[in-house]
Amino acid sequence: MAGKKVSLFVQCLVDSMFPQAAEAMVSIFQRLQIDFDYPTQQTCCGQPAFNSGYRKDATVAARRFIEIFENEAVIVCPSGSCVHMVRHHYPELFADDPEMLARAKTVGSKTFEFTQYLVDELNLSNIGAEFPGKVTYHDSCHLSRGLQINSQPRTLLRHIKGLEFIEMKDSDTCCGFGGTFAINYPDISTAMVDEKIENILASGAEVVTGCDISCLMNIQGRLSRREENVKVMHIAELLASTAGGQS
Amino acid sequence: MSKKIESAYIEGAKKAIASPTLQKSLDNIQDRFGKGAMQLWKELEDQGMRDRVKESRMRTLAHLDIILMELAQKVRKRGGKVFFARTAEEAVAYTLEVAQKNQVKSVVKGKSMTSMEIDIDPALEKAGIEVVETDLGEYIIQLAGDTPSHIIAPCIHMDRHDIGKLFTDKLGIEPTTDPPELTMAARKALREKLLSADMGITGCNLACAETGQIALVSNEGNIRMSTTMPRIHLALMGMERVTATTDEQRETLQLLTRGAALQKLSTYVSFNGGPKKEGDPDGPEEFHLVIIDNGRSKILADLEFRESLACIRCGACLNICPVYGKIGGHAYNSTYPGPIGAVITPLLDGVNKHADLCKGETLCGACLDVCPVKNDLPRMLSALRYKLAYGDNRWNVRQHNVKEAYVYAAWQKAISHSSAYRRMIKTARLLQKPFIGKNNMIKKMAGLASGWTDDRDLPPIAQRTFSEIWDEKYAKRQQQTPAIKEETNNEK
Repeated sequence: MAGKKVSLFVQCLVDSMFPQAAEAMVSIFQRLQIDFDYPTQQTCCGQPAFNSGYRKDATVAARRFIEIFENEAVIVCPSGSCVHMVRHHYPELFADDPEMLARAKTVGSKTFEFTQYLVDELNLSNIGAEFPGKVTYHDSCHLSRGLQINSQPRTLLRHIKGLEFIEMKDSDTCCGFGGTFAINYPDISTAMVDEKIENILASGAEVVTGCDISCLMNIQGRLSRREENVKVMHIAELLASTAGGQS
Repeated sequence: MSKKIESAYIEGAKKAIASPTLQKSLDNIQDRFGKGAMQLWKELEDQGMRDRVKESRMRTLAHLDIILMELAQKVRKRGGKVFFARTAEEAVAYTLEVAQKNQVKSVVKGKSMTSMEIDIDPALEKAGIEVVETDLGEYIIQLAGDTPSHIIAPCIHMDRHDIGKLFTDKLGIEPTTDPPELTMAARKALREKLLSADMGITGCNLACAETGQIALVSNEGNIRMSTTMPRIHLALMGMERVTATTDEQRETLQLLTRGAALQKLSTYVSFNGGPKKEGDPDGPEEFHLVIIDNGRSKILADLEFRESLACIRCGACLNICPVYGKIGGHAYNSTYPGPIGAVITPLLDGVNKHADLCKGETLCGACLDVCPVKNDLPRMLSALRYKLAYGDNRWNVRQHNVKEAYVYAAWQKAISHSSAYRRMIKTARLLQKPFIGKNNMIKKMAGLASGWTDDRDLPPIAQRTFSEIWDEKYAKRQQQTPAIKEETNNEK
């Protein structure tokens, strides 16, 4: 994979709360001898504001993102919903601005979710990871329905040595996160995440993984409150694991 | 990010979540019909059908004035009467006028959401006219003095025990919870009403301009009786519920019955369009078609929301929505619940009034996938939120939450400068310290985001953010670590 270079687009939640997911992604790129860079000016893609209706505020974030990333060749992000934002919602934000619209579309076309990049762009399925344990996978909504990424993470998981992959029931049903939805409508959100957790527990998995830290944070937060004994890991952390632990 | 608003939506949701009967019914209906519809679309032989019907729905909407005039002409030609009602009030007044002119004492109704929208029953009852719902689910709801909680399955919030008790109270039958026995009891009571009613009121699933007939689908046969037994048949039709041609009508109905109940065809499909002619064995003496606007023109005129009028009211989006699956229909406080209700209720009845419907979903996108005509409801919910965020003149929307607007304005400033942003995170990291409990999670938060910690914990801001790690560890790196073996790379 020498000669390739990616630009890291690290979701704000990963940056501040789950840096281990980004570090895991970095270690995988190192293992694959893919060069990487991290534009340090980046902050947030604007998704929280957009989904809450604050499009004028989201547009500021979008414009910034485009300016920071548009000269990069390949942009890789460990979050499906952020990629969905860049690919599908940025063009909506600039629908009335032909110049920005073109720039948004260009950036969108080279922005990839992490597992999508590994499987679809690099044609990889086994990246030499090893992780002993039973793992189940949550399909986050914007990843699975917005970006149609369903098989890529599964392909990668199934090729991790020692990992027993178990499908949970209704893996693609929303976990109840929904951004500020979880804060404004906690009762509904909790009912939804409880159903997700029942399905995780019923699978018998020791670890639940996914490609979106926001959903995983929701699931982890509820698992923790319920004092359930299931670990939550971003898929990059599993893929970075080797025989000697995480590389 | 606002402080919890204890609105009717939230209250209704809490009540629903606390009801084991409702939760079980919702699980059942979603497991069977929501997933069933998704499967059906996958297996549909004619994969172009949904796009074709959507295209015809949108084309019809673009020429709705012409198509409705054609429909009216054709109905009149068949001897029927057509009335265009601008508002619910006009539709109700016309219906009352028809009833009174014909000395109607009793009305039987076929299941119609539009009749609920215009609230026809109380007006008829006030005029001394008996109104009986003949759809089994609606009949149960009527006996219970309740409101429907699903477009297609109005009484899913009740189980056979509730219904058994209700029938014993209201119909005087021996106590039973046996569904066939209960159905027979309802059938017996309804037959008497159907045979003696003066007027039948129905909705209209889909009218056809080419033929001047309205199509009604049902599985119980009650709609056919309501339209053939009484002297008068009056159909209430939302003005968008029309196709130009019979081909379009057929294809759209095929999607409707599939989306609603996984049926290639419902047990009954009735085509009505005028009074009975000489030699007809049955049929009404008078046929009235009331074409109702009641706010639809305004939706039609706004290209952002026109798509919502392509809806064929199958209810599939209710059967897949994870929010509806928890809160049921009553929480929406609207004739139209679920994802489609969350979009059209604010548009028909006030965006601010129904702000919770615009904001109370996760935008998960399941409704878009299951919709037979692929209506992009998440897009429209997002557009409604945009109007609530800053206010909107066209739809007469006030800014919904000033505090939240300030939060996002501040957020915008913070994310605009990476140094300010990183300082903010550092400050939050210091401030969070007293709140970090056991297993390194935050158990209780104050302020705007406190809703999060009502029922769940929050991971704290990391000791080192990725950008800090980057600066320390990677920014000045020189050497890559060795690659893994080539052969493990490509065995996809």
